[in-house]
Amino acid sequence: MDDFRTFADEVVAPRAAGMDLAGRLDESVVRALAEQQWMGACITSEHGGTPLPPLQLGALCEELGRVCSATRSLLTVHSMAAVAIERWGTRDQRDRLLPTMARGSAITAFALTEPGVGSDASAVESTLRTEGADVIVSGSKRWVTAGLRADWLLVIARAEKGPTAVLVPTDARGLSLTPVELPLGLRGASLAHVEMEGVRVPADSVVGKPGAGVSHVASTALDHGRFTVAWGCVGMARGCLEASADHAGQRSQYGELLGSRQLVRSTLGMMATDVCLARHQCEEAARLRTSKSPAALIETVRAKYAAARIVERVAADAVQLHGSAGCASGHVVERHYRDAKVMQIIEGTQGLLSLTLGEHALRRSRPANASAASAQ
Amino acid sequence: MTSSEMAVRSRVRDFLSEAVGQDTLDDETDIFETGVVTSLFAMELVLYVESAFGITVENDDIDLENFSSIQNVANFVESKLG
Repeated sequence: MDDFRTFADEVVAPRAAGMDLAGRLDESVVRALAEQQWMGACITSEHGGTPLPPLQLGALCEELGRVCSATRSLLTVHSMAAVAIERWGTRDQRDRLLPTMARGSAITAFALTEPGVGSDASAVESTLRTEGADVIVSGSKRWVTAGLRADWLLVIARAEKGPTAVLVPTDARGLSLTPVELPLGLRGASLAHVEMEGVRVPADSVVGKPGAGVSHVASTALDHGRFTVAWGCVGMARGCLEASADHAGQRSQYGELLGSRQLVRSTLGMMATDVCLARHQCEEAARLRTSKSPAALIETVRAKYAAARIVERVAADAVQLHGSAGCASGHVVERHYRDAKVMQIIEGTQGLLSLTLGEHALRRSRPANASAASAQ
Repeated sequence: MTSSEMAVRSRVRDFLSEAVGQDTLDDETDIFETGVVTSLFAMELVLYVESAFGITVENDDIDLENFSSIQNVANFVESKLG
């Protein structure tokens, strides 16, 4: 865990503000992640990865998230694609792609959201049709994290049998990438909008069974995404707490340190408690993932929901405690404040996740509540 | 039905009944048509059969039919157990 913290402090933190300002991931950070073998953190050793157990993966995401959500998000989307390919890909796909992904020599991003499709993922409108030994992919994708940097996109498009996952190289003819200009958060994550006009790829680029692109392939990827985002939120919240405690211990007003004021101490106390609460839920999710319990899915949903809810208020308190300093471009709490709202939207909005948790709670309580749960 | 098959069906019945929140779920009821399954349900079901019975769900196994009722899930598990 110390290695994760040291890496975050020495390699990522000095570049975080610059990435946020430039709207791009720093290539030296991408290389450094690869040199640490963390691009293969979610790939089995059989395919060249150096897999981290869930709790360690969480710790890595926490430390990265503490200093830079853009860097943590690169790891998230790259490994989302990796776990989906490892779980549902053919042997050839796994053998061909996963080793290069593990080395970091091929970066993969996940392309699901569209101009007209967000939470209702099954309604994807991008199309995938078969033509001989190839498939043709057309459509628009939005808000693709690390899209500008990726070598491959795992795209969810609609085939004859329904939503289907397909791997598309970003240098394919007919594919164009546009930078997302000044998003609210994750500015340093090389976000891209993608247009695909008759992009032709071999038919064996389809990942998983046609029609299972959302129910199984994307679901596997999103479950992993939620886990890493949740831990990233713990890191963000902890970063806000540490910065706020440092600030309160150094800044004086009216002749006294801010930290001597009751309101400041009370706020720090609540922030510290929130960080613990978020981490405990993430640790529970990690424990269940380690034991491969089916309950891991819903507890990972809960972890992401809870951590994203917590980081928004902790970041807001951090900015408030810092005063105008917390509003300065380049300050870590300013960046976490903007990024925190994005955490409540990606990998399942807070609204959607709360519905899922509520339905689960109803069904687990009493059978009679099942009819209430199904009412829309 | 052998005792082993009955045991598999019983365990599947317990899991699915709890998952859809219905004590009296019929073995032939199409659970996807009950409208009570969540968006996570497809993967929950995969993870359950894999962890409970030590089988691996492959790509070719992803067929709505295999997972649509207690009877079909039990039959699917039996076919994987050989």
